Amino acid sequence: MSESPCAKCERLLQLYLDGGLNEIEAREAENHLDDCGYCHRQYRFERAFREHLRKTLSEEPMSPELRIKLAALRSDVRPAGDP
Amino acid sequence: MSEQAPDTAGRELAEEARDRVRFEEEALSRADQVYQVARHLAGSKEEAEELMQETYARAFRSWRSYTPGTNMRAWLLRILTNLNIDRGRRKQRRPPERSLEEGDYSLYDRLEETTGAGSSEDEERLLNRLSQSDIVDALTALPHDFRDVLVLVDLGEFSYQETAQILSIPIGTVMSRLHRARRLLKQSLAGSLENER
Repeated sequence: MSESPCAKCERLLQLYLDGGLNEIEAREAENHLDDCGYCHRQYRFERAFREHLRKTLSEEPMSPELRIKLAALRSDVRPAGDP
Repeated sequence: MSEQAPDTAGRELAEEARDRVRFEEEALSRADQVYQVARHLAGSKEEAEELMQETYARAFRSWRSYTPGTNMRAWLLRILTNLNIDRGRRKQRRPPERSLEEGDYSLYDRLEETTGAGSSEDEERLLNRLSQSDIVDALTALPHDFRDVLVLVDLGEFSYQETAQILSIPIGTVMSRLHRARRLLKQSLAGSLENER
């Protein structure tokens, strides 16, 4: 299927997932998702896609070397009594 | 009166030193979260590490401009995105001229086609067809203006408003760039599946 039968809902769906709709708009979107199988599937996919993106792109932690370099950038000012 | 002045000045200095140390500790405690976003705002791991060091050097110098109690991660990322732009590293790519008005759902359709799955197929299993390098490459290939908003919202989990403040752009621009960025990303990923065939 190359063309969405609910193309006009697409922007609304993105806003809904981003938490960018007000309460009334969000309720309208939810009602539509309950009624429209096509949009509901797209909603599930979009939600999973974002989660997948976040998980995939967050896999690489900061290196210990960088952590040490950043800490070394601190000022030398330490209040008396602090280590 | 004049005898008390040195004491007062000394106390103020000591307080300032404590505030500064508190700031530095808080900024460092956010470094992992900032790096997660920085890694994908920059084009490579090396660039991200350089940007992190420049950001923290600047943050530690400008610590007085941070308002305690406000969003430290957003404050640091605002410095970082400005430095990223200033460094002129950003080779601007023009967004494709072709229409983005169709095919937003093509990634889903393509994933279903390539796995030969029906409509009830589990989304996560479909998405596992996309390799990490496919996703990183598709993100890196996005025009910077689009990548910035997508990384801040989808990875950094900032609101539209916070993203607008970090990038110093209107909220409407955040929304339109985000919309286009997601479309471009999905089109690009759909394309990478096509190439694997």
